[in-house]
Amino acid sequence: MRYLPNSPAERAAMLEATGHRSIEELFEQIPERLRLRGQLDLPGPLSEPEILEFFRQAAGESSREYFTLLGAGAYSHYRPVTIDALLSRGEFFTAYTPYQAELAQGTLQAMFEFQTLITQLTGMEVSNASLYDGSTATTEAVLMALRITGREKVVVARALHPEYRQVLATYVRHQGIEVREVAYAPSGQVDLSGLEAALPPETAAVVIQSPNFFGALEPVRQIAELAHQRGALLIVSITEPLSLGIVQPPREADIVCGEAQSFGVPVAFGGPYVGFLACRDKFLRQMPGRLVGQTTDSEGRRGFVLTLATREQHIRREKATSNICTNQSLCALAATIYLCLLGKKGLKALAEQNLAKAHYAAAQLRTVRGVAAPFSAPFFNEFVVKVPGEADELLAALREEKIIGGLDLGRFYPELQNHLLVCATETVSRAAIDRMRAVYQRFQVSGSSKSPAAEIQSASVGHN
Amino acid sequence: MENRIRHARTHITRNEDLVFERTSPGKSGVALPPLDVPSVPADQILGSDFHRDEIEGFPEVSELDVIRHFTRLSTWNYGVDTGLYPLGSCTMKYNPRVNEVVARLEGLASDHPYAPEALAQGCLRVLHETARCLAEITGMDAVSLQPAAGAQGELTGILMIRACLADRGDPRKFILIPDSAHGTNPASATISGYEVRNIKSNAQGCVDLGELDRALTGDVAGLMLTNPNTLGIFEAQIAEICELVHSRGGLVYMDGANMNALVGVARPADFGVDVMHLNLHKTFTTPHGGGGPGSGPVAVKRFLEPYLPTPVVEKTKEGTYRLDHNRPKSVGRVRAFYGNFGMAVRALAYILANGPAGLRQTTEDAVLNANYVMARLKDLYDLPYDQPCMHECVFSDRRQAARGVRTMDIAKRLIDYGFHPYTTAFPLIVSGALMIEPTESAGKTELDEFIEAMRSIAEEIEEDPQFVLKAPYSTRVSRLDEATAARKPILRWKA
Repeated sequence: MRYLPNSPAERAAMLEATGHRSIEELFEQIPERLRLRGQLDLPGPLSEPEILEFFRQAAGESSREYFTLLGAGAYSHYRPVTIDALLSRGEFFTAYTPYQAELAQGTLQAMFEFQTLITQLTGMEVSNASLYDGSTATTEAVLMALRITGREKVVVARALHPEYRQVLATYVRHQGIEVREVAYAPSGQVDLSGLEAALPPETAAVVIQSPNFFGALEPVRQIAELAHQRGALLIVSITEPLSLGIVQPPREADIVCGEAQSFGVPVAFGGPYVGFLACRDKFLRQMPGRLVGQTTDSEGRRGFVLTLATREQHIRREKATSNICTNQSLCALAATIYLCLLGKKGLKALAEQNLAKAHYAAAQLRTVRGVAAPFSAPFFNEFVVKVPGEADELLAALREEKIIGGLDLGRFYPELQNHLLVCATETVSRAAIDRMRAVYQRFQVSGSSKSPAAEIQSASVGHN
Repeated sequence: MENRIRHARTHITRNEDLVFERTSPGKSGVALPPLDVPSVPADQILGSDFHRDEIEGFPEVSELDVIRHFTRLSTWNYGVDTGLYPLGSCTMKYNPRVNEVVARLEGLASDHPYAPEALAQGCLRVLHETARCLAEITGMDAVSLQPAAGAQGELTGILMIRACLADRGDPRKFILIPDSAHGTNPASATISGYEVRNIKSNAQGCVDLGELDRALTGDVAGLMLTNPNTLGIFEAQIAEICELVHSRGGLVYMDGANMNALVGVARPADFGVDVMHLNLHKTFTTPHGGGGPGSGPVAVKRFLEPYLPTPVVEKTKEGTYRLDHNRPKSVGRVRAFYGNFGMAVRALAYILANGPAGLRQTTEDAVLNANYVMARLKDLYDLPYDQPCMHECVFSDRRQAARGVRTMDIAKRLIDYGFHPYTTAFPLIVSGALMIEPTESAGKTELDEFIEAMRSIAEEIEEDPQFVLKAPYSTRVSRLDEATAARKPILRWKA
């Protein structure tokens, strides 16, 4: 086996040093009847070219030839080649958690830089060194708010990512926590009067997303006022943090969390991604996840260490702030490299390009007769259109033009049948948008008569 | 003139400023392609409430600045590629390069999680095939790849136990956890709504059947057990343990963190385990990445399958793949989308590269390596549980502590010898533990060097303990002040 360094002679010499006569003897601590007889039923061994061939074939059965207008928590952005060149350094990707600070200053300093970048982006005072992803970061933010306030109710915007709401439900189900949902207004934003009415005095936190699942920017200040009046914390979740290049951060929030996949992490069918969580200084001791702090060594030199570990499970065990052990260091490193590359000017310029693409796409689609824009709030790179006819048929027609036209919102919102969530990042060309418009136009003309191809395609679309 | 060099403030091998300190206004490391649609007035479109002008303090550096900055940082790290990394319970094995290549293939790295299933057959196939292989390796019936890491796998597994027992009428109150367990176990059980009862290990470091018998009251939902345990010892009475828990109506969760000792040799399903998790970043060579991303699939017996997180990847009769979202008994969703897909790609590449015989040889080598280290160090280091080990061995610093040198000090000195230290001070049931897991990726030559280093340090401690207490001497920084870091936290750069 090519990954194993020992020769048969070396194995024999080592075995002799252990005083055992055979390898079998080493396994005698496992009762005979519990040992596997025979071999595992697995494919392989494969040589390197065979492995490449296997995965190239799988990679071929994909949407790589398509323009995608899918966003909804996972965003296609260009990744500068520099990211993988640096991530591929073995010193980064084959290291583990920096428990031995002397041998991990690279990871530690990079995580300190990540924490700094996240505070700069979010307008918060302190950030951890990352969490699994946006959905779990949002859930951890809620658990944190429950600890801080000692309260047991949470109010969640319906326009928070549906899968984030599902993850939250899984985590709080057995802790006696009540989760209430607050509807969205015709603007696509949180219904403020509904929120005021639905906000019980014992609320630990109000959770919103901005830009929200429909792409709408939320009036964070007004929502914060309402929440704070009742003594609740405001948690703002952000799934498209590129927006922060051009959109004011939710400074009025108490905890800002979300998904940083947009920053140089591949879409990769949903993961691995990188969650972030930032908050005000005063909540630091209730934060989950790893933190890197600056300090000095025995000779006064600056260095970095994991710190405030007494919050964590390996010390606090069942009393820990969270059960999370790892962060998403390598993905956080990718985000750090990405943000450094773009820098102040680049991030803003890229955000402006996304704004322009999405507004061009929205304007084009809305000129098609029968297409409506249900929500009026300002948006960044994602927006909703109501289509004239069956959404799955339109999506099938778009696929014939090699376009994945967005997410059918009916899948998550029964009240939004035939509404598409469309995301246009910098990766979508004007030509693709114009082609999309043409398909919309043809679709509007031909009405909703199902083509055979459309039927086959729509039958295979997943339902929730 | 010859003194001038002394005044140089920085040197690449000694210092590298924070990126914020290397910034100079006007620089950028990217050039965007020209915009092919009309630009829009952001301040008007977004309005003054929403429009942000600039991010204060954000870096401004060139592409080459970025390359040099992170390359220099990387040289301060130690990884598996650098050398032996015997960090116990972490399984720091070689991360094959081909894994990285296939995970980055366009199509696998670019497919969107909401892409129509017909256009994501490759990704779904990889998930399905990985799950099938993991089921075969553990002997279990069904696998979910959704949990993002080991601790989330634990949480998912315990939630499934809860859901199953609730279906039977009573979710019960307690989870039993041996005192040798990793800290994530009790933390995960607590989040699942259970109270934790610790059970003491016996003189052999294993679960004490008598103790377990007494602890197994009618309100115990189950036992969470690591096997081999954190001492690297196989729980030889595992079958009896499972039978006992089952006879009281409880279920058995196995923490599969130490599966590198078992692949191809024994299968947890045959022990009587009901549900377990695996760490793809330990046993299945996905890189640790400086602390994540991990991946913690859960594997279950058939009767627990209805409770798996939603969705589950299915193979249809026609041979295509689909996501089954309609699972009324599911514990729900533990993470958005389908888990750390990129890690599944890498794990599958590893399994394919090995095949069944390669995996078995890998396990044999891992166990042989640990026993070799144990045999060659036990005359100088105290071995609290003196018996053959599996994939790792655990010494105590008892003898060295008598000279005032503790496990962390020995670890720091080991750095000077060119090795990453072992795990210190864990498991908690060993005073001053030195937990050494060489993995199969260490060759005899390297292990001999490591053993020589450990023996040399033991001698140093006899001769001059003070010298060892100030190690390491060879690193850029040494003995960082953790107390001040925690007392007066500085967690971000400020201008």
